[in-house]
Amino acid sequence: MTNGSLVERLREVVGSEHVVTHERQLATYASDGLLQYAVTPVAVVLPGTAEEVTAVVRACHAADVPWVARGAGSGLSGGALPVEEGVLIALSRLRRILEVDIPNGRVLVEPGVTNIAVSQAVAPTHFFPPDPSSQIVCTIGGNVAENSGGAHCFKYGFTTNYVSGLDVVLPDGSEVSLGGPELDHPGYDLVGAFVGSEGTLGIATRIWLRVIPKPEDVRTLVAFFGSTVQAGEVVSRIVSEGIVPGAIEMMDNLSIRAAEGATNAGYPVEAGAALVVELDGSEAECEARFEHVIELCGDADSVRVAQDEEERELIWRARKAAFAAMGRIAPNYYVQDSVIPRTRLAEVLGQIEELAAEHELQVANVFHAGDGNLHPLVCYDGANPGEAERAEELAGLIVKVCVDAGGSITGEHGVGVDKKRYMPAMFDEADLSTFQRLRCAFDPDGHANPGKVMPTPRLCGEVPGPYRRHPLEQAGLAERF
Amino acid sequence: MHVAQAPATRDELCSALAAVGEAGTPVRFRGGGTKLGWAPAAPPEAIELSTAGLTQVVEHNAGDLTAVLEAGVPLAEAQALFAKEDQRLALDPPDSGATIGGVVASGDTGPLRGRYGGPRDLVVGMRVALSDGTLAKSGGKVIKNVAGYDIAKLFAGSFGTLGAIVEVSVRLHPVAPDTATAVGQARDAGELARGAAAVGGSPLEHHGLDVRWHGGRGAVLARFAGAAPRPQAEAAARLLEAEGLPTEILDDDGSLWDEQRAAQRGPLVVKVSGLPTRLPELLRAADELGGSLVGRAALGLSWLRLEEPSAAAVERLRRDFIAVVLDRPADLEVDPVGPVDPGVRSLMQRVKERFDPAGVCV
Repeated sequence: MTNGSLVERLREVVGSEHVVTHERQLATYASDGLLQYAVTPVAVVLPGTAEEVTAVVRACHAADVPWVARGAGSGLSGGALPVEEGVLIALSRLRRILEVDIPNGRVLVEPGVTNIAVSQAVAPTHFFPPDPSSQIVCTIGGNVAENSGGAHCFKYGFTTNYVSGLDVVLPDGSEVSLGGPELDHPGYDLVGAFVGSEGTLGIATRIWLRVIPKPEDVRTLVAFFGSTVQAGEVVSRIVSEGIVPGAIEMMDNLSIRAAEGATNAGYPVEAGAALVVELDGSEAECEARFEHVIELCGDADSVRVAQDEEERELIWRARKAAFAAMGRIAPNYYVQDSVIPRTRLAEVLGQIEELAAEHELQVANVFHAGDGNLHPLVCYDGANPGEAERAEELAGLIVKVCVDAGGSITGEHGVGVDKKRYMPAMFDEADLSTFQRLRCAFDPDGHANPGKVMPTPRLCGEVPGPYRRHPLEQAGLAERF
Repeated sequence: MHVAQAPATRDELCSALAAVGEAGTPVRFRGGGTKLGWAPAAPPEAIELSTAGLTQVVEHNAGDLTAVLEAGVPLAEAQALFAKEDQRLALDPPDSGATIGGVVASGDTGPLRGRYGGPRDLVVGMRVALSDGTLAKSGGKVIKNVAGYDIAKLFAGSFGTLGAIVEVSVRLHPVAPDTATAVGQARDAGELARGAAAVGGSPLEHHGLDVRWHGGRGAVLARFAGAAPRPQAEAAARLLEAEGLPTEILDDDGSLWDEQRAAQRGPLVVKVSGLPTRLPELLRAADELGGSLVGRAALGLSWLRLEEPSAAAVERLRRDFIAVVLDRPADLEVDPVGPVDPGVRSLMQRVKERFDPAGVCV
């Protein structure tokens, strides 16, 4: 099938108005949230139902054309970057909440439903814990692909801990229901394997989510310190006391200045570090623990306790605005989301500072401090010749420092296209070829989001070696999984 | 199954597995040997490959609340080590003598699952050996990490049929200073289910919400842990009383929960998955079959124990529920896994073929 006839087929499936081929309109979809990369696909198709998604994938499979699925396009690793010779399948029209079952704590959604819409659908009694900063726009389909986290995941966990079932269209166009509303379906945990697979194993068209009762009480404070090292010590003290805060977030001076400029939240711009600590849970438990946290912040220059919901929102506004506010520091920034063992924080920040000085660039730091998930923002001015390249090099060195400290290249943004070159820093050839086994079981033709995650392109080939049936299988007495 | 090997290092285990892969000999992995009867019987020519030689606690990073354990480390031994720092791996299945590798491979869990999840949720990295001699890792040793595919979730609960788990990195949690449990007695299935639902749907942060049931009577157990667990237990008691369950609060509640765990073992134990609101139906089925039950009410997971094992009882449960057979007599003719949708089964087989190309891991 030629590209032309594939486009014809796609128009038949979803209607002409939902197939984009005009170059100017295609440009809208050329990048996701990571604007450093842009690729124009052959066509963008916007199916309106799960059945249409299946038909689109089947058409691509028949035409031997690769495809990339996209939710809101807010991802920060280039995971939804189109492929030039392929089709971009945008799932933004699949935004129905199909079932809300509060007594069982379950919600069934289509992939284009936004993260915040799930919590809104189960409010006021329940909520959906994963809360990426982009939660107003990002979609559940994207969260599933990236295994998204957020500020509250130190206590509550990640998307993968809240998905019980998935209806999936496999790259050959067949449909499978993995898991379901119930936990622990028999056989391999393919739901667990699918969540976080960055759109390379298929497209989830219906997603069963677990939601949980909202905590009774929330207490929030922000403490200001002379340095990130001091604030980091307080984080260690809180954690070693056995306290598991709902969220514990740190910002350095540069981030404070940018965020305060944008939000007027009342953060002192001379502070070396701001530490936001939020406890949630039962009233008695919060009461007992919160006083303790305030004591542990004894070295702080000042501590501000949110007196009401409005003040809590103000404290959070500054934290959540930190990325967007970076424009006040420099015209461009390059963000990473490496993770380190939290106890190595002081050492790693020192190394980042040295590297930044060597590269004559500023690096702002915003962290999910509880789980050691850094967000170093390398600030630069793309208009200055060579500065973007220097920023990219610096960002790469920061990733290596984090991996060398025993950490990871990415805590929540995903590998995508941006970080695949760093994969060999964490994984050797045997590891990568083992990842590929999973991919090949789902997508032997390599049509689903090719060029992502793995550092070098690889093909699947036939299943190596002979496969022997277990004697019990032959006898029909047992299934093999 | 006679030939038992216990390699002393992961490299040796990997070589041993490659050798049986090459020879095409079926192989079964053995940890503490506490759940060998859960899988389908191994073919007579199968050999056993034990993780008994892999007993090193590679790392315990107390400040980071993580640890790296070789597969053969007995879970109880690891817990004793973590306890010195007031920490634990939040897995509390009933066996004494089970290894961490075996617990992860079987996906076995206890009452802590409701709060902390199961092995799939607590393992943050894994090293595996495959039948073609590959030794590979996924994940890492930090609690937040999305680099690469989550191979650990695939192997958790795989019963060693994809390859051998040789090492795991796990997330630890602090042990709370105090606990208290509200125990509400229920006189019928509806009362039990209403009591459990009242606590499960409330904002109370329980560290275990269990039910137990036998002979038309049962109890709801709501456990709380933290710096001030008593007020929450009292609030739970009020909810249970409001549903008509006479309730008492126990501060010394350890043995109560040990009993819940112990009840997950028996002559025939069937693990049943269903939505929480279907509990009354399941309790009726338990009565009909003359069984007793313990369950994680908020998760919809139950362990039904029958003193007189029968395949018919398993079939009865499968009419209405997802039911996987755990403990059972060796001579009971029953498929432990139960029906799986053909499309899903075929995908699982493709996964199996890729990870165990020699087709020897049984």
